[in-house]
Amino acid sequence: MALSGVEIFKLLPKTNCKKCGYPTCLAFAMKLAQRQASLDQCPDVSEEAKKKLGEASAPPIRSITLGSGGSAVKMGEETVLFRHDKKFVNPCALAVEIKDTLSEGEITKKVDEVLASEIDRVGQKLRVNAIALTNASGDKGKFEAAAKLIASKAPNVPVILSTTDPASAEATVKLFAGKNPIIYGANAGNAEAMANIAKAEKAILGVVANGLDELSTLTEKIKSLGVEDMVIDSGAKKAKEIIENNTMIRRAALKKSFKPLGYPVINFTQREDSLHEALIASVGIAKYASIVVVSSVERWKNLALFTLRQNIYTDPQVPMQVEQKIYNLGEPKAESPLMITTNFSLTYFIVSGEIENSKVPARLAVMDCEGLSVLTAWAAGKFTASKIATFIKESGIENEVKHRELIIPGYVAILSGAIEEKLEGWKVTVGPREANGLPAFLKAKTA
Amino acid sequence: MAFTAPKETYSGKVYNLTIGTGSGAANFGGENVLPFLSCEGECPNKPLIAYEIQDVPPSDWPENVQKPFSSVSGDPVTWAKFCQDTLKAKAIALRLIGTHPDRENRSPEDAAKTVKEVLAAINIPLIILGSNHAEKDAPVLIAAAEAAKDKNCILGKAQEANYKTIAAAAMANNHKLIAMSELDINLSKQLNILITQMGFDKERLITDPMCSALGYGLEYTYSVMERIRLAALTQNDLTMHPPLLADVGMYVWKIKETQAPESDVPLWGNAEERGIAWEASTATALLMAGAELLIMRHPKAAEAVEKVIEELV
Repeated sequence: MALSGVEIFKLLPKTNCKKCGYPTCLAFAMKLAQRQASLDQCPDVSEEAKKKLGEASAPPIRSITLGSGGSAVKMGEETVLFRHDKKFVNPCALAVEIKDTLSEGEITKKVDEVLASEIDRVGQKLRVNAIALTNASGDKGKFEAAAKLIASKAPNVPVILSTTDPASAEATVKLFAGKNPIIYGANAGNAEAMANIAKAEKAILGVVANGLDELSTLTEKIKSLGVEDMVIDSGAKKAKEIIENNTMIRRAALKKSFKPLGYPVINFTQREDSLHEALIASVGIAKYASIVVVSSVERWKNLALFTLRQNIYTDPQVPMQVEQKIYNLGEPKAESPLMITTNFSLTYFIVSGEIENSKVPARLAVMDCEGLSVLTAWAAGKFTASKIATFIKESGIENEVKHRELIIPGYVAILSGAIEEKLEGWKVTVGPREANGLPAFLKAKTA
Repeated sequence: MAFTAPKETYSGKVYNLTIGTGSGAANFGGENVLPFLSCEGECPNKPLIAYEIQDVPPSDWPENVQKPFSSVSGDPVTWAKFCQDTLKAKAIALRLIGTHPDRENRSPEDAAKTVKEVLAAINIPLIILGSNHAEKDAPVLIAAAEAAKDKNCILGKAQEANYKTIAAAAMANNHKLIAMSELDINLSKQLNILITQMGFDKERLITDPMCSALGYGLEYTYSVMERIRLAALTQNDLTMHPPLLADVGMYVWKIKETQAPESDVPLWGNAEERGIAWEASTATALLMAGAELLIMRHPKAAEAVEKVIEELV
């Protein structure tokens, strides 16, 4: 069970030595209780206290890293049930299943799809994170051959080795030594053998059970065999089971500090129909999965799932921002209109979308206002006449456009005079208040 | 360590709404648990999907979502019948977009006529939506509400600027009412209070916290919906008990991801499948957040979401 700050304080040296970086032992204890500090920061803590606190101060959902190097995926460490309370920590990984019954050519094609899946969206690089190789053939030789192929074609992509046969698991896991693969998995029948392999090969163990009761028993047993890193599967397949079980797991771990379920969750969401599969994966992404496994990764589907993951895992307290620069929409010419707005990503998306809808080529100057929308930025003194003037001057836009007319959002019409004063030779035009007025405005302007 | 499921029970409950009349009537809402957690309480109804049609041809819709309706969308009556008979729609949402002053600027009388004709042609419930022009919507929706008197429709959307006239029209003609505010739980609450203070029955309200498309602010709508639902269930806040609307199609089918051809952005893949997936995954995400009533456009997207709903109940 989680300890309170005062309970933790009683176990600390009470020397107020500040070596942990906090002014007093009590302050440090409070931070530990909120899981914002780690016990290693105290050099003088006793072994006894470490043992007691270790359990209590460990994150309620274990932190696990799948893969290694730049493409490694961190999982777990979640602290809340609802994203408005606090940012969801480690975005759900998207894994694609490759069956060992596929031909070499088919496997290569899928691996290539994974390797080419990276997309840049709002400054984040998003990709298919892992390959789940499944032993659909039931044959050890085939599984090994497919694993070798994947290891050579995609040496940096994290892998999930899906087989219930310990010998097959042992043979293939060695191909990914030092790369933190997942062996999926251990079940009630093979737990001991699988645990021994995972322990010897330093692999993460996927644990699958029929329901949460059996799952809890199984993870405890595996932990007692010396395996700490696990990902768990309650056996949920239907969307309803995914929501129910994932919710109960998250609640048990966070609200009851129930350690046997304090691991990242893996959901298998494969379906016949690719669109249906995308939606079941969406359910997993929204509702607490750390890995969703799909059977195909078409580009349209990746884009939707990546975007959903990005949306769900956005920090609710930090607005999404786009880069400060002048964006070309359509193919603007030297006389095309120039508009300005702030760099709140939603503002940018909506304004640029409406400009594109107007089919009038234009330039949109997006000014860094720390991610605030137009009115908020204006009220906070970040979208002011002098800042706008400086931005326009320094942007070099004067060399690109023939005209000297800047269109400002209708909500800050009040700034027009001041901008004209500070931005010599420029005329300021007040645009519509709402972005949806832009198509009519631009069409009328260029008619 | 034995596992005990950490189940929760709540004091609040979402209102259960019936719309339409006779054999075509439909229900939504009514649960006293977070979305689809029927293991903790009751979820008497499935979320309801309404197919969006409009009073004028959908020339403003992207081609990929115009296509499925190309042979019927010239006339709202044919379009509505197609949704009901061929697509097996359980409800229709008629958007009177042609009344917008920047569009065809159709009169309230024209709008009322369209509503009457559509109602005569279908037996499933009708949602009547204005053009989202606060001033024009007032006379248009008054006329529409009268034309649909006693058909138990949903009228929308009442906003802060025009709620008085629209709520009065819904009340006088026995309709349900959508109250829309912009992505803020407090504004939603305030508008619901203002409308009920007029004597409008809160059990006839639907809250629209404003939809956003995947990638275009979905997380805001998602979290506002979750917060509204939690306020209803955990705090038993009666002003937050009306079910939630996600007006998905309109927001999804105007963004780049549902329009850009694959030749422009090869990394984004097939444009048609992308658009459908975009609408369907936006809708699915909002179901997770608590939406009970969805307005959608593409038949394949709506069908895919129906299939997910089947798996969720």
